[in-house]
Amino acid sequence: MKQTLLLVFLFSGILSAQVLDNKRALPSVDIKTLDGKSFNSADFDNGGKPMIINFWATWCKPCIAELTNIDEVYEEWVKETGVKIIAISIDDSRNAMKVAPFVNGRGWTYDVYLDANSDLKRALNVNNPPQTFLINGNKEIVWQHNGYTDGSEKELYEMVKKLAEGKPLN
Amino acid sequence: MKSYTRILLLLTIASNSVLAQTIDQGELHGNFQLDAQYYNQDSLIGAPNVPEKILSNGFMNLRYTKGNFTGGLRYENYLNVMQGFDSRYKGSGIPFKFASYKNDKLEATAGNFYEQFGGGMVLRAYEERGLGYDNVFDGFRVRYQPIKGLYLKGLIARQRAFFALSPGIIRAFDLEINVNELFPQLENAKTAVIFGGSAVSRYQKDQSDFYNLPENVAAFSGRINIIRGKFNVQSEYGYKINDPNATNKSIYHPGQALSVTTTYSTKGLGILLSAKRLDNFDFRSDRTATGIGSNVNFLPAMAQQHTYNLPATIYPYATQPNGEMGFQAEVNYRLKKGSKLGGKYGTEIKVNFSGTNDLVKNAVENDTLGYTSPFFEVGKQMIFRDFHIEIHRKFNAKWKATVMYLNWVYNKDIIQGLSGFGTIFADMAVVDVAYKINASHTIRVEAQSLLSKQDFGSWAMGMIEYTFAPNWFVAVIDQYNYGNPDSAKQIHYITGNTGFNKNGNRIMLQYGRQRAGIFCVGGVCRNVPASNGFSISITSSF
Repeated sequence: MKQTLLLVFLFSGILSAQVLDNKRALPSVDIKTLDGKSFNSADFDNGGKPMIINFWATWCKPCIAELTNIDEVYEEWVKETGVKIIAISIDDSRNAMKVAPFVNGRGWTYDVYLDANSDLKRALNVNNPPQTFLINGNKEIVWQHNGYTDGSEKELYEMVKKLAEGKPLN
Repeated sequence: MKSYTRILLLLTIASNSVLAQTIDQGELHGNFQLDAQYYNQDSLIGAPNVPEKILSNGFMNLRYTKGNFTGGLRYENYLNVMQGFDSRYKGSGIPFKFASYKNDKLEATAGNFYEQFGGGMVLRAYEERGLGYDNVFDGFRVRYQPIKGLYLKGLIARQRAFFALSPGIIRAFDLEINVNELFPQLENAKTAVIFGGSAVSRYQKDQSDFYNLPENVAAFSGRINIIRGKFNVQSEYGYKINDPNATNKSIYHPGQALSVTTTYSTKGLGILLSAKRLDNFDFRSDRTATGIGSNVNFLPAMAQQHTYNLPATIYPYATQPNGEMGFQAEVNYRLKKGSKLGGKYGTEIKVNFSGTNDLVKNAVENDTLGYTSPFFEVGKQMIFRDFHIEIHRKFNAKWKATVMYLNWVYNKDIIQGLSGFGTIFADMAVVDVAYKINASHTIRVEAQSLLSKQDFGSWAMGMIEYTFAPNWFVAVIDQYNYGNPDSAKQIHYITGNTGFNKNGNRIMLQYGRQRAGIFCVGGVCRNVPASNGFSISITSSF
């Protein structure tokens, strides 16, 4: 009985989420800016243009590879599509103070926030970094991707372009 | 178990009704992960015979949001728990369930919740699923912001200890003031000041016949953060009243902790300096607990968190909460793009030095205080040193490389609580080269070496990884303990890995011998224990 219930429960959960996935709102969770101010994640805004939310950490090599590779083309992406990248560091208090020197040291121009106790990470059900979410002009999450392999930023950018042009993703 | 069944039923109904309705009725999302491994006995590396042959850990989170309301739960399943995790994870259950209401000023949560006050010095509940660590609170919490710039938090709860609750009751309060937000005229001031304070109290009944144990143990902390231009200074001081417990030999010595970190950063340059002192500061919701579990506070190691295999897994540092003095210095520098030294794409250089010694402890005879310790005196016993320099450079559109040198000192006796191993000195080097074959195919090679005359002797490690963006990767890794003084233990630890990513889903397969540590390949990092066999990991986020 218990197992049957569980199965039903799991499947219904997955189904519901998939049906609703096309219109997923940003959660309301308090995180911090690099200068210590509280910021609510529901207030991320890019004036109707697409946004990318990327979960990363200073100790996560593939995350750094991804953000470094995107950094090389970010200026071009912004010019062409107006996209904004929001980089959420999930570094805990062991490394949280390292984030600003790390980001500045590399000259990254992303909007960086600290999620030191993983509250936003949990609210968005992120398993492991890096995880990327794509947000449309109506501030709805329309796509996500886990992990990074060299070159996969191309796929991401193709979708950003579609969103910027108001085309459907699929 | 009956209550779980009821909750499941409710959720099934709730989620199905959500399915049938529109988005205005709320949203349901979640994630799940299933890890399973087939174990081979391997006495050479100490992998025991596993009677079940196959072990698995799994969980699923569900989170339902509608307007200001959020509710959720996590189902966990250990059939049976995998090697390297605590055996108190037994069977299945729903150890995490909560409901919360949040508006602009107020957030109230009933059930389970994670929390951190300041840097976590006196209170932090968090989870590291890869480590099997979860000290989530079970109780009631309120976060309240009466006016802009003033943040209050209060909670009363017990903590999770595997599939039970830790015996202590935690009552805690935190206040944070952001001066620039509080006073509108300071909003655009050049200097930003944030300060805060916490009070945490644990109640646990005194069941000892021998000692007169304090039933209520309080810990306090104060913190300040000043940011001006490129400078950022953060400091936190904590004090804990007498707390005789299983980790401090039941002495009545009060605990103290202090950490100070300063950073300077500007485009192309980042500097960090940090110092820490911990004295008798292990704080748990169960005074009899040892090892990992029932921790109320979080005292991170003041050292680089490495991800390259050898430095990350062979001699990683662990905090000594009952006595250490440590420091860390780090410089990140970027040679400019297009400069003579920096090359076309620029070059990143990082230098880091961290070290920890013990405290000076002067024993007090026949006294329950145990010892006295001069606050600013550094002990003579070296516990840990890590000096490393890392250079990353992209040469052209095809080639990029990272090289790293590390010099390591590791007091194995103190850090791992053993005797007879002494202090280990090691030099390490890493070379990591990636070649981009075309827009989506990349081949990456890592070569690492650890040179030491002590303990297990020297190690070499090699890896080849082939990625096919955006979805596939395959990798082969060999760690070779060629310098082991026992020639029978000069073993190759070889693993083959492959994985597939698509949207929020991921499946990964691995076969071979695996050492413990943070394991990063194919784009994701996680913590894994030592083993030999075939394993599968499936994760999904939806």
